[in-house]
Amino acid sequence: MKAIVTVMLKNGVLDPQGKAIGHALGTLGFEGVGEVRVGKRIELELAETDPAAARRAAEEMGRKLLANMVIESFTVEIV
Amino acid sequence: MRAAIVVFPGINRERDMAIALERATGRKPRMIWHKETDLGGTDLVVLPGGFSYGDYLRCGAMASLSPVMTAVKAHAARGGYVLAVCNGFQIVTEAGLLPGALLRNAGLRFLSMDCHLRVERADTAFTGQYRKGQIFRAPMAHGDGNYTASPEDLDRLEGEGLVAFRYAEADGAISDKANRNGSARNIAGIFSPNLRVCGLMPHPENLVDPLMGGTDGKPLFDGLAAALAA
Repeated sequence: MKAIVTVMLKNGVLDPQGKAIGHALGTLGFEGVGEVRVGKRIELELAETDPAAARRAAEEMGRKLLANMVIESFTVEIV
Repeated sequence: MRAAIVVFPGINRERDMAIALERATGRKPRMIWHKETDLGGTDLVVLPGGFSYGDYLRCGAMASLSPVMTAVKAHAARGGYVLAVCNGFQIVTEAGLLPGALLRNAGLRFLSMDCHLRVERADTAFTGQYRKGQIFRAPMAHGDGNYTASPEDLDRLEGEGLVAFRYAEADGAISDKANRNGSARNIAGIFSPNLRVCGLMPHPENLVDPLMGGTDGKPLFDGLAAALAA
């Protein structure tokens, strides 16, 4: 079973990397691009076979290590 | 004062720190490999700068889980002194010893240059040989030094007098221009509530001898040595 953890800076935390990418897209001529935000995708192979238990485990990993809850939030997708 | 420096894989300022400490105390600090779990009865633990674990995941995240950090947390809980510089500051925020976090510099650039710091209070072991409001020069070298914390934590730090240093201009002005990494409220360093854990991004250990270009950082180490004299 695989868990995909997506870590993003919290709303309201300035994302200078996203801003720089947005600016570069504008330079390339892409119009109508609003706010750009950059995050991380972490894929975990889990031995767990129960999706609910896998989600709980991945969420605990997110809180304890994968995200810094002071500045980031995360979502878990089980596939 | 007995001092110990924790050595994580990937750090690079431990010898600079050892020079600064030895100058102030007259004795060599112990170097403690990150896999050790016993600090051996030290008065001051120093977490130096560098790039522990290659800054994987987040700066300081991996080091904050190193075996030695259990001992460092116990030392702090007992009221022991901790100086955490640059990557060390990132490690102690990740470990929860100090509040907040250090984001990518607002301008995205790695900043390697001198900055000026204003001493916010002089009645601590770390700042006792500076004057309150004194401006001193310190080198900085970091990509992720943009201090942030929740508005409540920032208000608490200010309200309880736990801001140690702020980025200032050479004439003492606290301005956006002086705040090159974009830190909240120009904060360059903070204290724990008991004033015994101090984290800061710039490197006072790199200005402790005229041959280094100045001695602006020396009072920090002399002050610690005086305050913690056995």
